[in-house]
Amino acid sequence: MTHCVTLDKEKCKGCTTCIRQCPTEAIRVRRGKATIISERCIDCGRCVLACPHHAKRAVCDPLTLMEQFRYTVALPAPSLYGQFRNLDDIGVVLGGLLEMGFDGVYEVARAAEEMSAHALVKFGIARKGVGYDGAEPVPAVRPLISTACPACVRLICMRFPRLIPHLAPEIAPVELAALAARAEAAKKTGLPPDKIGVFFITPCPAKMTAAHFPLGLSEPVLDGAFSMAELYVKLLPAMKKAAMKDNVFPSVGLAGVGWAVSSGESAVLRNMKTIAIDEIPNVIAVLEDIEDGKLPEVGFVELNACTQGCVGGCLTVENPYVSKMRIQELMKNLPDTLLSRLRYDDPGTPPTRDLPLAYEPADVLDGDMSAAMEKRFRMDALLGRLPGLDCASCGAPSCRALAEDVVRGYAQEADCVFLTRDSMGEGGYLPPPFRHSQK
Amino acid sequence: MSAPEHIIREQYTVDGDDFQAAGGASSAMKKLLRSLGVPPDAIRRAAICMYEGEINMVIHANGGEAEVTFDGGVITMTLRDTGPGIPDPELALREGWSTATDAIRDLGFGAGMGMPNMKRNADEMTINSVINQGTVIVMTIRV
Repeated sequence: MTHCVTLDKEKCKGCTTCIRQCPTEAIRVRRGKATIISERCIDCGRCVLACPHHAKRAVCDPLTLMEQFRYTVALPAPSLYGQFRNLDDIGVVLGGLLEMGFDGVYEVARAAEEMSAHALVKFGIARKGVGYDGAEPVPAVRPLISTACPACVRLICMRFPRLIPHLAPEIAPVELAALAARAEAAKKTGLPPDKIGVFFITPCPAKMTAAHFPLGLSEPVLDGAFSMAELYVKLLPAMKKAAMKDNVFPSVGLAGVGWAVSSGESAVLRNMKTIAIDEIPNVIAVLEDIEDGKLPEVGFVELNACTQGCVGGCLTVENPYVSKMRIQELMKNLPDTLLSRLRYDDPGTPPTRDLPLAYEPADVLDGDMSAAMEKRFRMDALLGRLPGLDCASCGAPSCRALAEDVVRGYAQEADCVFLTRDSMGEGGYLPPPFRHSQK
Repeated sequence: MSAPEHIIREQYTVDGDDFQAAGGASSAMKKLLRSLGVPPDAIRRAAICMYEGEINMVIHANGGEAEVTFDGGVITMTLRDTGPGIPDPELALREGWSTATDAIRDLGFGAGMGMPNMKRNADEMTINSVINQGTVIVMTIRV
């Protein structure tokens, strides 16, 4: 499995901050450096935000990649619009991207709005020529789970196999935007599609990884992804120039821009009981509940790995709460194009994934069940002897994780400083947090 | 696959009157079974049985003990409580039949679906109940 979250070994101090923050327990400190267990990483970027030494990085494509193409199109994520103070016209951002050197721009928010329109018709919430018609929507699979966040989709494939059939079958908005942008550019320029470079401006590492290794697609539809934070420095001056010209107009309304924040995707599904969850630990808790059949009333589940949705991605510049406010301010002045689209047009049908999403368990102790049971038995026995302090001094996030690593053969019992100390006899110094009260 | 030498056993305490903690045993059991490579469908059925059992113990019996064992072929869940007992187990298995109080119903529980749900998802289910002494429910799921 390939990830764009990587380690700058020079900067890593071998502290245990990231291993405790990782929601899938995918990091261990080995030989003084944080190492990622590839099968467990979902590219959520939490470690990038957590690292006090900025040693964790999400590596995106270099801007020079654009030079390999005759014509380039930028696909700004809706969350990009929340990064600028006093922005009242999205056209300035789009114009700035053109000033920066892109030949064209296609808003991901526009594709997102098309997905929303399609969902409304598919669920029977709205009809062409009528708009919302007040019907009680009945999705075929309940609850339907959003696939807009690739980190969450990966989490489901890893830990919640029963919920894979609940994932919406359509491709993600950014993928729909890429297909449309390439087709539009090919038509406009007459160039063959492979001479056109289509690049996503991404708020997070998960979408960077998905740009090159899309989930459930046999071929990538993007040519690459640029980090929002990296591009920001160049985009600001370009936007100043674009503001003078004032000649680029946004193609999207409030519904599409709303996808930048948690509950934006589900907000348009009126009459439907929807739930929007942000941050991986919360996502895990709710997926557990859904798996156990505890939430029968929910029709649609929106999931976002990051705080407050995509605005919380680790490649954004602004605080997620501030960007959320800005997105909401922008939405106040945008037209409800979703409604007009439904009134006059038939929303298109977005393509579906061409590969099934497979269960890729990362926590099975052994492929052979009796071997797994034997390992579990040894793991439980060892866990009983570990101090249970979850101090992470061994390089694993918890005593439990160390026990698991030991039976898998990735670590040794002696990695626990307390077991080692005990084996050397009593009397050694014990720091205050680890002293027992009776002693 | 060679015959497993060990029976895996885990025990959980279900706190009474704590709806927030209910589901803890089910969640821990799911993790255990997943780590052993038990097929997802068997895990789902076991989790539903365990969760409904936990909720019942919280609502009716002021909590209790839950135990899960796995021998490589069968998941066995044993739920023990020292609550009021079930006067008529046949009746308790009927959909919609419930002795939950209005306060419990206000919380969204007590619809009389718990026991039938357990029965439906388990391959076998036995109820041993003595009035004013307690209840032992054993559910098995073949993997």
